[in-house]
This record gives sequence, C-alpha cells and structure tokens, in this order.
Amino acid sequence: MARKKRADQPIVIKGASDTPPMAASMGSMEWNKTASWRSIRPVILEEKCKRCMICWKFCPEPAIFPTDPPKIDYEYCKGCGICIVECPFDAIVSEKEGK
Amino acid sequence: MSSTTESKPKKIKLTIPEEEIMNPGHLACLGCGASLAMRYVLKGLGKKTILSIPACCWAVIDGPFPYSAAGVPVHHCAFETAAATACGVTHALDQSGQDDVTSVAWAGDGGTFDIGLQALSGAAERGENMIYIVYDNEAYMNTGIQRSSSTPHGAWTTTTPVKHYKKGLKKNIMEIMTAHGIPYCATANIGYPEDLIKKVKKAKETKGFRFLHIYAPCPTGWKHPPDVTIKISRLATETNVFPLFEVEDGIYKINKKIKNPKPVSEYLKIQGRFRHLTENVVQSIQKEVDQRWTRLQKMEQAFGEKTE
Amino acid sequence: MKKVLTGNFATAYGAKAARVNVIAAYPITPQTTIVEMLSEIVADGELDASFVKVESEHSALAACIGAQSAGSRTFTATSAQGLALMHELIHWAARARLPIVLANVNRAMGPGWSIWADATDSIAQRDTGWMQLYCENNQEVYDTILMSYKIGEHADILLPALVNLDAFFLSHTSQVVDLYDQKTIDQFLPPYNPKIKLDVNHPRSFGALTSPEHYYEFSYKIQNAQEKAKEIIRKVGKEFGEMFGREYDLTESYRCEDAEFILVNYGTLAGTVKDAVDRMREKGIAVGSLKIRYFRPFPSEEIQSVLKNVKAVGVIDRAISYGHEGPFFTEVRSNLYGSKASLYGFIAGLGGRDVSIMDIESMVDYMKKEQPSHLIWIGVKK
Repeated sequence: MARKKRADQPIVIKGASDTPPMAASMGSMEWNKTASWRSIRPVILEEKCKRCMICWKFCPEPAIFPTDPPKIDYEYCKGCGICIVECPFDAIVSEKEGK
Repeated sequence: MSSTTESKPKKIKLTIPEEEIMNPGHLACLGCGASLAMRYVLKGLGKKTILSIPACCWAVIDGPFPYSAAGVPVHHCAFETAAATACGVTHALDQSGQDDVTSVAWAGDGGTFDIGLQALSGAAERGENMIYIVYDNEAYMNTGIQRSSSTPHGAWTTTTPVKHYKKGLKKNIMEIMTAHGIPYCATANIGYPEDLIKKVKKAKETKGFRFLHIYAPCPTGWKHPPDVTIKISRLATETNVFPLFEVEDGIYKINKKIKNPKPVSEYLKIQGRFRHLTENVVQSIQKEVDQRWTRLQKMEQAFGEKTE
Repeated sequence: MKKVLTGNFATAYGAKAARVNVIAAYPITPQTTIVEMLSEIVADGELDASFVKVESEHSALAACIGAQSAGSRTFTATSAQGLALMHELIHWAARARLPIVLANVNRAMGPGWSIWADATDSIAQRDTGWMQLYCENNQEVYDTILMSYKIGEHADILLPALVNLDAFFLSHTSQVVDLYDQKTIDQFLPPYNPKIKLDVNHPRSFGALTSPEHYYEFSYKIQNAQEKAKEIIRKVGKEFGEMFGREYDLTESYRCEDAEFILVNYGTLAGTVKDAVDRMREKGIAVGSLKIRYFRPFPSEEIQSVLKNVKAVGVIDRAISYGHEGPFFTEVRSNLYGSKASLYGFIAGLGGRDVSIMDIESMVDYMKKEQPSHLIWIGVKK
C-alpha cells in the first residue's frame, strides 16, 4: 500500500551553528519508532473483522491504517490493547511480543 | 500517518474525519487519554490551528527539541499562561489578517483549574476570540500524579495518599465558565469521539471565547490497565460522573440523557486510585454524583431551549 | 514637532511611533498614565493595534510573548511589583529571542509600599538576557523606544529591551520632547518581519523540552547576541543621530577628558550630576560624569577607556544588593580590575529620596578626603 515516506533517523545537531536562535523544532517525531515499547502485540483476524473501523477510531498513536481490512502499523503500535478491548467482534487478539 | 490508502470498498464508513494531523512516535504512555483527545481535536480543527501548550503532559508528549509530533504550530508557554499566550496569538493573527487560523489554548487540568485559572477567567471575561481546551486527567500527571482541584472526591494521588485521600469535590469548571457568559462551552469525552469532534467543529465556527472540557483518563495516574481507557471513559458518562452537555449563549443542552445510569461503584471499582474506598464513601460519592446530575437537569429545565 | 510631555506620555508616543501591533498591559502606579494614554491612542484610531487589557502583569508579558511569536511587534509597560510578577516570563521572553520592548518605571519594591524612584526592580532582571538601559530625560525615553525595536529586531540580536525611566522624576514630570515626522520614523524602523514564527504553513514547536545536549548552546547564543548588540547599539545610535539629530551610545561622557574625579551614574541622576559637575568645575575641581545608558550589554570597553587613568571613580547606585554593595559599583569595579584608580561605591536615593547637587558635591568631597570604600551611604538618617 502507498504510504508517505517517513523520517527514519533522528536529526543530528553539531552545535550552536546549526540550530535556530531559539528552541524551535526542526522535524517531526516520526523517526521515533515506538514499536520498542510493546510487550504484547494486537493481531487482527481478517476473517472475523467486520471492517467497522472502531479499532482505527480509538488508537491513541495513531498506529492503525483505515484500510480494508484495517492494518496495524507495527512500527509505532505501543501494545496498549485498546483496540483488542473495543473490537465488538473479538476480531483482534493479543500475542506476546517477540515470540 | 498520512491518508494515502487504497480505495475503500463501499462497506468501510468512517464516522470521524480520516486525515491524521498528529504523527505517531510521540511520547504518550500506553493507552493515554490525552493523546486520543489531541488526535480528535486536531481532526476537528484542521491544520490552520496554532496551539499554546503550557506545562502539562502534552508539553512532553509532543517530543523534545528539535522535534514535534502535533503537526500544527505549537507554542510551549509557562504553566499559568495558556489562556494569556493564546490570546496574544489571537491578536497577532487578527492584526495580520489571518482570520482563518484558530488560536487554541491546550492545557491540562492543573494549568486550567488551578494555576491557570486567573488567566483563563481574564481571557473569558474579555471575550478573547480563541478556543480554550482542557484535557482533564484529574491530577498533575506530568509531574507525577499530584492532586489538583479537578481531582475527584475519594481519589488517591501522591499528595492525597490513601490515609488522606482527597475529601473535597472536583471543582465545577463548567459552572465557572458558564458564569463568564461566553458564547460556547461544552463537555466532551474521548469515549464518544463523534460527539467530541462535532463540538470541536461547532466551537471552531463560533466567534468569541469558547471552552471545551474533555475527559481524558490516565492509566498511569488512575491505576488501571491501558486497554480499558475507552471503557472507563464511557462509564464516566453512563454513571453521570461526567455528563455530556453544552451551554450555548447561556442555553443548556444535555447531549446524552442516560435512561438507567449505572451505579458509580462500577466506575470506581476498575480504577486503582479508588481501591481504598469504603462502602460509606462510595455511597457519599453516589449522592454527590446524583446531586450534580440533578442540578444540571434543573439548569436545563430552567435555561434550556424552550420548545413551544 | 515639539510637545511638552511627561515621561509616561513620551513612552506612549514612542510606542505609537514604533507602530506596535499588540499592546498588553496592566496598570500600576506610576506607570498608569502610559496605559491610559495608549488606550486613548488606540481607541481614537491613531494607532492600528490591539490593546489587550489583561488581568495581571504576568498575563501581560505572556500575551506579548504569544503575539510576538506569531509575528506582531509588541509593547508593554510596568513597574516594581508588576515587573517582579513578570520575572518568570522575563526569562522566557529573552530565551525565546523575542524583541519585545518593556518600559519600566523604576519604582521601589515593597513592603512598605513605595511608589517612588528606585532601581532595585530592574536590576533584579539583570541576568535574564534582556538588554537593559536607563533614561535620563523624556526625550531619551521616546528616542530609546524607537531605537530598541530596531536593535532588538536585528537578525543577529533578537533580544527584548527593558527601557527604564525613574518614577515621578520622569514618569510624571513634563519636559519638552521633540516628536519626529512619522515618515522618517517609518524609514528608520521598517515593519517587524521575523524569519521564524508561529506559521500554519511551516508548523514547528517553540520552546520544547531541551536536554543538556542542546540547552547549553542556546545560552551560548544568547551571550553572543548580547555581545553583538554592543556593535549594533553603536551603529543604530549613530544612524539615529544622522536621521533625527540626536546621537546615542552605550554610555555618555561629560567633561571626562581631563577629570581627576569621575562620577559614574544612571537614570535621572545623570542630569543632576552634570549640573553638579558644572558647579564644581567653576570651583576648580576637575570632575566629570560617565553616564551608563546600557547596563546590559555591559559597556566594558567604554568604561575602561574613560576611567582607566583617572584618580578616583565614584559610582552612584540607586539600588543595593543586600549583603554586598551597589550593583553598578560591583560591575564597574570588576571591569576596572588592575586599574590604579581609587574606587568609591555610593548608595543614594533609595525609595525616591531626593539626591541634590549638594549631595553630589559631598560625594566628591568624600573622594578627596577619605580612603576608598565600597559602601558609602549618602543621606541616610542613622
């Protein structure tokens, strides 16, 4: 699927010569892949999924794409489990991360 | 996340705007209510928004220098100055003819109910053309869960430990704001995103000082598992602990009238911060919730829209 | 056009001439007539600006910070307790590199309540990164406000300016002020156009959490800006002289070339000292006056060059750093380290106590007769 190219690396600052005069941001937080925060990962069971999009709606990051079926963005999913609890069709299950 | 996705077949219907303005990769805790609140609010406001954010969780969630996750300009400001800073931005926008840009103060309950109350009251009384949004996680969460005047009766916090849990009631900020006679103020709950975004859009279209009180649970501070954040949010409204209502030019409108409100004990028992409460205290809390709910209903009866 | 104006009205006219966009101010004696005059000026449409009638000084500076970050030229004014209340945000404005101009009517800090002249309030803001200067007369107040915007908004400076005028001696005393032609002022001071600002087309965050990895460099940059400011102050002061007929510098020497005794001073005392100098010169005493306009950036070069070969230097402070000595004395003395001059630190005029020509003559008398001392109280009733 087409996805906008995201920053992968943090910004490297040499020192006073390459920052603005005040603490003004120079890029987004996209390089910070919060996948490393997970201890469980949600897995969407496509056959059970009714495409209601409630998982996408309630993701705090957001780390779910509103596609058919919705796809978890494992680069950023922190494993909070809200999508698992909110899915009305028990179509998202929890798996231990790193198994 | 940008919204370059495959074409959706007819059966996929999104009940809230699709475009994501906020990026993931930010520093919110797992299951953070404040993070969801910002995500929804930005969907409602759009990119032509300038946020003034005082010291609060979002001052950190947005990311450290040199990064920002919000996707819109963010002016970090001193703790008690959210309303004053946002009002300064409003005037600058006005002076430079940018009347399609919204100036928004985005603060936690600490920076709103307590230290920021003076600036908030001043800006509201002057009728500054801006939106003030408080995302309420009911304590000073950013500094480590200390009590605020928004902390509800019975809650544990680090400065109201179990032996001295908070006895006073949660400050009624909506009544304070209504008393200022502003054109629009409303409560909203991340458990009801469609209602929240609708209110945000309404606030955006209104001129003058607008106030939104958003309920945002905090798994870390309320001591609950991160996956029940939305469940707790819904329970808050279903038990009348956090009713959804609007006051538009002094006219009260309760948005969701719960036919059979659940007992408040259901709301309290799944949060670790209330675990120490005795049956007596739970009953007092139920009484207080009922009283506030009755008062709100009476306000709607007295000052609601009269249909002839 | 010449007008008879109090210092406060001169301040208001200065802000008007500078075409400020957003004013946020809270009244406090003896600044109130600045706020009142500006309210009238804005209400009458003489100045196209928003005047936010904030509910405290803290909110006043917060509103200016917000507006300046979003691209407006802003102005505020306060005094003593109000300036102290702003203190947290005084640091903020400098660190955020926002060239706000704040007119401070130098007033004593309470308790007991005092509304009279004293420099304690502004000196307490010394280390925040603001440029800080003291005005001798109402013309200087008006001129300084215009120059402070030009200097502060310079791309290499981007620092706010604290313009001080003494309570009642200037704020409420009428003097002749020459108001310049607005067209010429507009040539001197073009509209504010910052490169980096709150802009929905280029979303950024300002002032985010800054770790030890980066904070140190921002402080380094502020210091560099202060040092560069000396050059810009001299340049703009000269340009002002060419365009408006009054040239300004970081300091002003009066009859110092052949002086044996030099009195270092600031604020309205500068005027009294110059009169005293003339009187003493008539009596044959070789006295001169070095008026310090800019306290920050500190005019180290000027002070060294004027004072290095003098026999005795007396610094007159209208403030004291309790537990030590007068703040200007401390800085002048440290700047003269290694010099052979005898140094005398005079404290005078605290809480608005009048300092007369005779008091100043007594200081020179002291310098002639007594040993150097870092703390000499003038006029105190023991």
